[in-house]
Amino acid sequence: MIDLRLEDIHEELRKTVADFAQHEVAPVIGDYYEAEEFPYPLVAKMADMGLFGLPFPEEHGGMGGDYFALCIALEELARVDSSVAITLEAGVSLGAMPIYRFGSDEQRERWLPAMCRGEALGAFGLTEPGGGSDAGATKTTGVLAGGEWVINGSKSFITNSGTDITSMVTVTAVTGSKPEGRKEISAIIVPSGTVGFTVEKKYSKVGWNASDTHGLSFADVRVPEENLLGKRGRGYAQFLSILDEGRVAIAALSVGLAQGCVDECLRYVHEREAFGHKIGSYQAIQFKIADMEMRTHNARLAYYAAAAKMLRGEPFKKEAAIAKLTASNAAMDNSREATQIFGGYGFMNEFPVGRFYRDAKILEVGEGTSEVQRMLIARELGL
Amino acid sequence: MTNIVVLVKQVPDTYSERKLSETDHTLDRESADAVLDEINERAVEEALKIKEAGEGEVTVVCVGPDRATDAIRKALSMGADKAVHVSDPALHGSDVLATAKVIAAAIQRVEGVDLVIAGNESSDGGAGAVPAILAELLGLPQLTHAHHVNVEGSAIKVDRETADEGLTHLEASLPALVSVTEKINEPRYPSFKGIMAAKKKPVETLTVGDLGVDAGEVGLANAWSSVVESAPKPPRSAGVRVEDEGDGGTKVAEYLVGQKLI
Repeated sequence: MIDLRLEDIHEELRKTVADFAQHEVAPVIGDYYEAEEFPYPLVAKMADMGLFGLPFPEEHGGMGGDYFALCIALEELARVDSSVAITLEAGVSLGAMPIYRFGSDEQRERWLPAMCRGEALGAFGLTEPGGGSDAGATKTTGVLAGGEWVINGSKSFITNSGTDITSMVTVTAVTGSKPEGRKEISAIIVPSGTVGFTVEKKYSKVGWNASDTHGLSFADVRVPEENLLGKRGRGYAQFLSILDEGRVAIAALSVGLAQGCVDECLRYVHEREAFGHKIGSYQAIQFKIADMEMRTHNARLAYYAAAAKMLRGEPFKKEAAIAKLTASNAAMDNSREATQIFGGYGFMNEFPVGRFYRDAKILEVGEGTSEVQRMLIARELGL
Repeated sequence: MTNIVVLVKQVPDTYSERKLSETDHTLDRESADAVLDEINERAVEEALKIKEAGEGEVTVVCVGPDRATDAIRKALSMGADKAVHVSDPALHGSDVLATAKVIAAAIQRVEGVDLVIAGNESSDGGAGAVPAILAELLGLPQLTHAHHVNVEGSAIKVDRETADEGLTHLEASLPALVSVTEKINEPRYPSFKGIMAAKKKPVETLTVGDLGVDAGEVGLANAWSSVVESAPKPPRSAGVRVEDEGDGGTKVAEYLVGQKLI
């Protein structure tokens, strides 16, 4: 009736990325994390593998795969490290995808090929100091004057916005008001280096320390009128349609982190002894790992189910919210239990589980908080 | 146009526990994950580099059971153009001589071969003899243990490095056979486009009979050597603890001298 095995090409991609994560990312990522440095050499290698072009057609320089292929890659990367995984996730689904979905032919031609090759990163600036999912709270303004958009305001927590290879940021801004009095919000492309566009100092973060996150400020930033992305007044609606996919991607990333906790614990409990026995022989530990495995398994099924609907072109808003909520819970719970199993070593940054613990929290927040996911599920149920 | 054949082998992953079967001391293929041998990835990479620097075609030749198609697929995903897969139950337990004979017959089916590239030794059998035997059977010059390869027109130059002889420089005219060491290059990871393209690339599957090799020349029963006994690797011993009473350095040095390490 149903077959949950991966297709050959997805399975081979999974193995390839798993191999890459284990042999290229794992040995070096701890140092980048500690130094809070963006891992340019790793990103370049990911680019060589075509990961940044995974879901885009070949005519735009992509790999001709689908969004599920991206999810598989994210899961396997996050199994080892979430910073590189979120760099890929944001680069594809927040940087390149809006251009691919809503961009004009000229915009696609200008920005997409380099993004697909992973030579350039795009970012999406939605969240502001005063709000994220709450569109009405947008304060950044875009005023059309003399054939140019004049942008003023600021954005917060924008991934990939300040790397050496960031080529542009798509910014949502209030460009007027709708007849019913609500704000008219549009998306505008701001190339890196535009006068008046300042990338603030990078944040000091609890987790994702090897990923690039900045606040952005715009002071009379002028870009040509044709930098409007998609339709005027549709900036927020466009973003929402992309967010459903993004939630499946974050669910995949969360499953990777949850699985990474299981992997690390299985290794450790065969080595570590306490009271004369390997700790894996104690039921207290076995039950913890059994629960971790169960949560990972369930979360993976949840994101596969959402992805299946997405690929069939059916509405998948509810499934995406369920997957994201289930998987981020699994990531949080598993990282808490994994650090517990590691005891004092779990509190040390040199062990991956400590990194997993720090990286898990943001999964309950980014791409819509857990509360927003519940709101969406309830709304889909007609409440 | 350089026509290159690369030899690839599926081996048990060195990261997993590897063992021999208890009945006939051949490799227990079920006990470990099977992967494309890393040295072969490097051989494929070198072939692709030569091809990409000019023009050419890369054919992968593999002798192994049906599931070795996974290893072949990986080589094709990296960018090789086509494959010949010799799979025959009669080959079970073949020694290096029989293996080389079968590979030689398979290579002779590929037209106009300029260069054969192999890994210097596999990570499972590890005899390191197949490249040399094969060169002899094919009547090709052998340039073994290469850690740098340069093809210029119809000439090939190789830096050969071994522990005993150090560095030597070899040169030959094509066609020739090269075996490479793990220092030769860093193999690429297949791209998704490569993975998808590999599904459409031709793989010719042959039996020993198809190659005109007599089944009586291959397999465990016809091997020139046999494994009489095998035992699992002994567990790692606890090691030696050196207490530093002001002479720790000396004690460590004495230990290393005792182990003939310094």
